[in-house]
Amino acid sequence: MNAPARISRRLGASGTANALELRGVSKLFGALVALEDIDITVRPGERRAVLGSNGAGKTTLFNCITGDFRASAGSIRFFGEDISTFPPHERIRRGLRRTYQISLLFAGLSVLDNIYLACVGVSRRRFSFLRPRRDDSLMAAAGELVEMVHLDADRDTLVSNLSYGQQRQLEIAMALSGAPRFILFDEPAAGLSPSERGDLVEILNGLPAHMGYIIIEHDMDVALRVAESVTMMHNGRIFREGKPAEIEQDPEVQALYLGGGDG
Amino acid sequence: MALADNRLASDGRDRPTWFERVPPAYWVGGFLLLVMPSFASDFILFQIFGWTFILGIIALSLMFLAGYGGMVSLAQMTFAGCAGYMVAIFGTSAITDISLGWPWFVAIPLALIVAVLLGTLTGWLAVRTEGIYTIMITLAIAAAFFYFTRQNYVIFNGFSGFNGVLPPQLFGVDWRGSTAFYYLTLFWAALCYFAVLYISRAPFGLALQGIRDNQRRMSALGFNAIAHRVAAYAFAALLAGIGGILLTWQSAQISPGTAGIGAAIDILVVAVIGGLRHPIGAFIGAFIYVILKTFALDALEAIGLAGERFQLLIGLGFLLIVFWSPDGVLGLWARWRESRSRDPLLERGGERP
Repeated sequence: MNAPARISRRLGASGTANALELRGVSKLFGALVALEDIDITVRPGERRAVLGSNGAGKTTLFNCITGDFRASAGSIRFFGEDISTFPPHERIRRGLRRTYQISLLFAGLSVLDNIYLACVGVSRRRFSFLRPRRDDSLMAAAGELVEMVHLDADRDTLVSNLSYGQQRQLEIAMALSGAPRFILFDEPAAGLSPSERGDLVEILNGLPAHMGYIIIEHDMDVALRVAESVTMMHNGRIFREGKPAEIEQDPEVQALYLGGGDG
Repeated sequence: MALADNRLASDGRDRPTWFERVPPAYWVGGFLLLVMPSFASDFILFQIFGWTFILGIIALSLMFLAGYGGMVSLAQMTFAGCAGYMVAIFGTSAITDISLGWPWFVAIPLALIVAVLLGTLTGWLAVRTEGIYTIMITLAIAAAFFYFTRQNYVIFNGFSGFNGVLPPQLFGVDWRGSTAFYYLTLFWAALCYFAVLYISRAPFGLALQGIRDNQRRMSALGFNAIAHRVAAYAFAALLAGIGGILLTWQSAQISPGTAGIGAAIDILVVAVIGGLRHPIGAFIGAFIYVILKTFALDALEAIGLAGERFQLLIGLGFLLIVFWSPDGVLGLWARWRESRSRDPLLERGGERP
């Protein structure tokens, strides 16, 4: 296929296809069914919250989407392209990003260098034997991300010296490196103080409109402020899907999750 | 082992010029090494330092893989031996039936290319494994290379290998003369050393260390961990190949024993004695090894022990070092500096000198 055709196919794919389309995705760990027959469709630019109790399969779902785990069955399409069999780095290079529930950062590197590494990973300079120059474009991009997550004062601080909240912010900056098209946030608000949660909501709502995401969040307050649709998971299955208001009002959801069981 | 804590070129503010950033130790060490031929004997230059630099380069290739990549390869001496054989086969040697006699500017690059190909192939096999299995695979390749060269007479001339493999008479200099050979090996050792140091902070090296620390995270940043590790093997094989060619020139011969199992393990010993946390460790380890190997025999005989027991001394030294300082001599040095900076009498209060 020649280059223009490839580009137009890509553009076409982004224009018409869904950002993320899961069909019949299952994941088994031996006899344990972690995910069962998951169908999820997310439009480009859509912001979705995934709710569910511990063990509902939320993080496993993320791991299947990013390729950390290979799904046992089903297909995953990313902007129209079947990525089910792709290794993680190929999925990331296509514009998928994720943050981790437990921060996985490089503790011996500075804030800026962590983000720089994330920018290098999705560039063609991955294998470069040359150190970044003073006017390096990726370094400049990393600098902008530092400002975006309000870590300017700590750009040269080693990650091991950051507070927990700052580390979570750094995780988000790393997920925004390159040209992300869709991001998976795995409990970004966990362990944050109320004011840090406010910052997080501000960062998420400040993302460009075309940048859709799925956010796993226990805190309904945060989830409902940053998402326009909600998927409720239970025991590895999809339990409900809908607008935040509908989900909040659903008696079964309340019984299961919101602690309104006796009401 | 976490990533080193120095910064990348962060930005322009009060950046010292390049010569201000070179630590004083480099000026002193560099000066001493450069003027060494004015006072050291031919034996010291050729045998002690020439050999130290060569072994150091090969151990450096292992330090690069093990220190930055977390991959312990026992095949580094095999890549070195392969490059050595290839200069003998493509270039000139006393075995005129086999040697093709091509000029040095063809033979040397070709030899390095073959070594890099062998390294890439080895890496491709080894990187899918971890820890002890990597060691086993690379050991198997080292053993296979040793037995293959010993039994193959058509290409590798079997047991006796090649003799009369000499460096080219470039610029009318006899590069096997002790002073010329000293500068030749010093040049390549310094080049390899600074290349490794430089690459350790370039995207390739940073990513390699990232993959060592957390492969899953690096995949989630878009890095192909397998390809990155294979590339690290290829680069390490290039370093080992340079060392191998110099080693062949130094002894003017190459035979299966040069890249035998014992030699392969010696490289591991050298790298571990020196320490894997910094490239300089490879050269410190090589120097200690060469000194022991050269003088232990006389020292043992002087105190009435059988001279052939010098391997015992090296083995004991190795045991002592890994027992007290798993980071090698560099680890001892780092701890000594730390304890000094903590000494209340010196009133340094933890400040780094």
